[in-house]
Amino acid sequence: MNFKTLILAGAVSVAATGGYASCAYENKTPISMLAAGFEAWKAVADAMGECGNFNAELDQEFRTKQPAAFAATPALYQIGGVSNGTITPLLNEGTIRPLDDLVEKYGQHLSPNQLIRIDGKVMAIAMMVNTQNLQYRRDILEELQIPVPQTWDEVLEAAAKIQEAGAVDYPLGATMKSGWNLALDFINMFYGYGGALVDDDNMPTVNTEAGVKALETMQAMTEFMDPEYLVSDSTYVQQQFQQSKIAMANLWASRAGASDDEAESQVVGLVNSTAAPRTLEGGAPATTIWWDGAVIAKNITDEEAEAAFQLIVEGMDTEMVTANNEAAIWLIPGYEPTRLAEGAIETLQAQPPAASYPSTSAMGLMHTAAGNNVSRFLTGSADAETTLKAIEDDYLVSAKEAGLISN
Amino acid sequence: MKFKTFAAFVGPSLVMMLVFIAFPLVSVFMQSFYVTQPVFEQVEIESCTPGFPNPTCVTEVKSQPVIGDDGKMISETRFSGLESYRNVLELDRVKAAIGNGSWSELMNIDFWKALRFTLTFTLLTLPLVLVVGLGIALAVNNAVKSLRGPVIFISLLPFIITPVIGGLSIRWLFIGDGILTAAMEWWTGTNISMFAQAWTIEAMMMFYRVWHVAPFAFVIFYAGLQTVNQDTLESAIIDGANRWERLRFVIVPHLMPLIVFIALIHLMDCYRVFEEIVAFSSQSHVISLQWLTYDFLTPDDAGNRAISRASATAMLTMVGIVILLIYPLKRTWRDHKGSH
Repeated sequence: MNFKTLILAGAVSVAATGGYASCAYENKTPISMLAAGFEAWKAVADAMGECGNFNAELDQEFRTKQPAAFAATPALYQIGGVSNGTITPLLNEGTIRPLDDLVEKYGQHLSPNQLIRIDGKVMAIAMMVNTQNLQYRRDILEELQIPVPQTWDEVLEAAAKIQEAGAVDYPLGATMKSGWNLALDFINMFYGYGGALVDDDNMPTVNTEAGVKALETMQAMTEFMDPEYLVSDSTYVQQQFQQSKIAMANLWASRAGASDDEAESQVVGLVNSTAAPRTLEGGAPATTIWWDGAVIAKNITDEEAEAAFQLIVEGMDTEMVTANNEAAIWLIPGYEPTRLAEGAIETLQAQPPAASYPSTSAMGLMHTAAGNNVSRFLTGSADAETTLKAIEDDYLVSAKEAGLISN
Repeated sequence: MKFKTFAAFVGPSLVMMLVFIAFPLVSVFMQSFYVTQPVFEQVEIESCTPGFPNPTCVTEVKSQPVIGDDGKMISETRFSGLESYRNVLELDRVKAAIGNGSWSELMNIDFWKALRFTLTFTLLTLPLVLVVGLGIALAVNNAVKSLRGPVIFISLLPFIITPVIGGLSIRWLFIGDGILTAAMEWWTGTNISMFAQAWTIEAMMMFYRVWHVAPFAFVIFYAGLQTVNQDTLESAIIDGANRWERLRFVIVPHLMPLIVFIALIHLMDCYRVFEEIVAFSSQSHVISLQWLTYDFLTPDDAGNRAISRASATAMLTMVGIVILLIYPLKRTWRDHKGSH
C-alpha cells in the first residue's frame, strides 16, 4: 500500500465515522483549523468535522505557530482558535479579517456576547469564557464550620483553620509555576488591588502600593501551600484536588469538572466553587476574564472565508453545547450552567466587574517581565520594592527593544 | 597527499561549514548590533468582550503597529551599537551590587545568575565525569571476559537516551511525592521537597548530567586502556608499585591526551546546558546562558521577541566557551608540537 492509498483510506474512515449525520449541510471547500488542545476545542472541532472536508490541528503550542502560519500567503489555516491573550499578534500584524458581512449573512442567531468587536469591527466569534474562581472542599469547610470565603483575607483565615485541623496536606493550592502561570497570578492579584500595569504611554506603573500588596498576599498564600509551588501548573493543582491533598484553590473554571471525574477523582461531588476572592472590600474579584473563540485568516479567498465561517457557526451551535454542556462555560445559546460552573458565573456577574485580560503588545511584555521576576520575592532573594523595580526595568528594556516606547 | 585530492576530500565539508555555521554566525553577530522594530501608533479603540448578561465595551488608548499598503507591518531597523550587550550585561546594576557588596543583588541580574550556574555546573561536573568514566572503564577492563559485553551495553544506555527524556524521567522520579522522594522520606522520616529550593535542583541536574555523559568518557577511556603498554605495567609491578601507583604513574599519563580530549568536549557541551532547565522547569531557581537566549527568542502571547538581545547572549555564550577552551587547547597544541 503506498502513501496515497493510506491517506485516502484515512480520509474515508474519518468521513465514515462523521457521516455528515448531524451537520445541516455538506462542506465542499477544504478547511483547516489551528487551535489549542483542550476539551472545549475538541468538542467544537468534532462538530465542525461532521460537515466533511475539515481538518483540525489541536495543539497547545498553537500560540507560537499561529502568527507565522497566518502571515503566509495563502495562510496555512483558514480558521484559528484564539483567546484574548493570543489574538494580539494576529491583530497587530493584520492577518485576520473582519467578519461583519459574514455575521450578517450566516450568523444572525449568534448571541451579542459572542461577537468580539475591536474598533467597531467583529474580529472573532467567541464560544466560551474562562476565569479563575475559588474552588473549595464543601465537606471540609462545613465540618470546620468555616463560611465560604469571599475575600483573600478570609481565604487565609480559613486556610489557617484547616491547617490547624490537619484536614488535608496543604490547605491551599495555586497555579504558581514559574513563568506564565505565576505572572498571571500576580497580575490577577494586582488588578484585585486596583492597580494598572502600564499607563497610556506604555510606561510601567507596577512599582506601587498595589504591587507590594499583591506580592505580600501571594507570599502569605505560600505559607499554606505545597513548598514545590513554583512547579505547580493547572494540571498539578487539579490533581492535588482530585487526590484530596488541598482544600481550596483559585483555579481556572475550565478545570473544575475534573474533580467530578469518577475515573480520576477521590472527591467526586465534594468540590464546590464560588466567585474569585476579592482583595478589597467592595472591589472587583482578583482575576481576569478570558474568552476563547475563532478567527478567520485574511490571506485566503473569500469563498474559503465563507465556508470557514459557516463551519464555525455549525461547530458552535446549540446541538454541540447540549452534547458537551460540561466542557466549558459556553457563551452559546442552549448552555445550562452546572453546579461546578456557579463560581465562574458569580465571578462574571460580580460588580464592579473583573477586568478582561487586555489584548495589547505591552501586556505581553509585562506578562513576561512579571513571570521572570515574581519568584525572586517568593523565594526570598529580593524584597518587594526590588522585585517590582526589576519587573519595571525588564519591561522597559524589552519595550524599548520592541519599539513601544522611544529611547 | 596531493593538494587536489586533499581539496576534494576537505572541500565539501568546508562549504557546509561556511553555509551552515560561518554565515549564520556572522548574521547573528550583525544582528546583535541592530534592532528591528515595528512602527507603533497610539489609537483610541473601543473593544467589546463577553460579559454577563451583556457584552462589556471599553474605550482605551492602545499602541498598535502601523500596517503598510502591502498589508504587512511597517518596521524599521536601526543600528544600536552595543545597546543589546548593555541590556544583557546590565553593568550599572552590577556596579551597584558590587558597591553594596551584595551577592544576592548580583544574582538577581539574569545574565550573571545564568553565568554563575553555567560555570558551577560545567566545572563541577567535569571532574565527576572524568572520575566516573575512568572508574567504569577500569572496572570493565578488569571484569571477567564473559561479563564485559553486557556490562558495556548497560553502561552505554544512559548515553543513548534523548537528553530531555532522561531529564524528564529524573523529574518524575523526584517531583512531588515521586517514587524516589517518597523512598527518601520513608528512609529519613522527614518531609522532603526536592523542587522547593535551588541547591537540590542543581544537585539533581548535575547528577543527571554525570549519569548521562559518563558513558561517553567510559567508551573513550576503555579504548585507551587497550593500548596501555603491558611491559611498562609489568615492570612497574616488579618495581613494587601498588595498584594506585600503577594508575597514578603509568595509566593516567598514558591516557592524558584522552583526558584532555574529553575535557574539551565536556566543557563545550556543558557550557551550553539547556535541556536540564527545561526538563526540570527550574527557571525560578536556576537558569543557564543558553536558556536565556531561548527565553529571548520565545514569543510571548502578544508575539514580541527580543531578537537583538538573543543574538547578544548567543555571542556572549560563544565568547565564554572560547575563554574556557583556551587552557585545554593550549595544552593539546603543546603536546602536539612536542610529539614532532
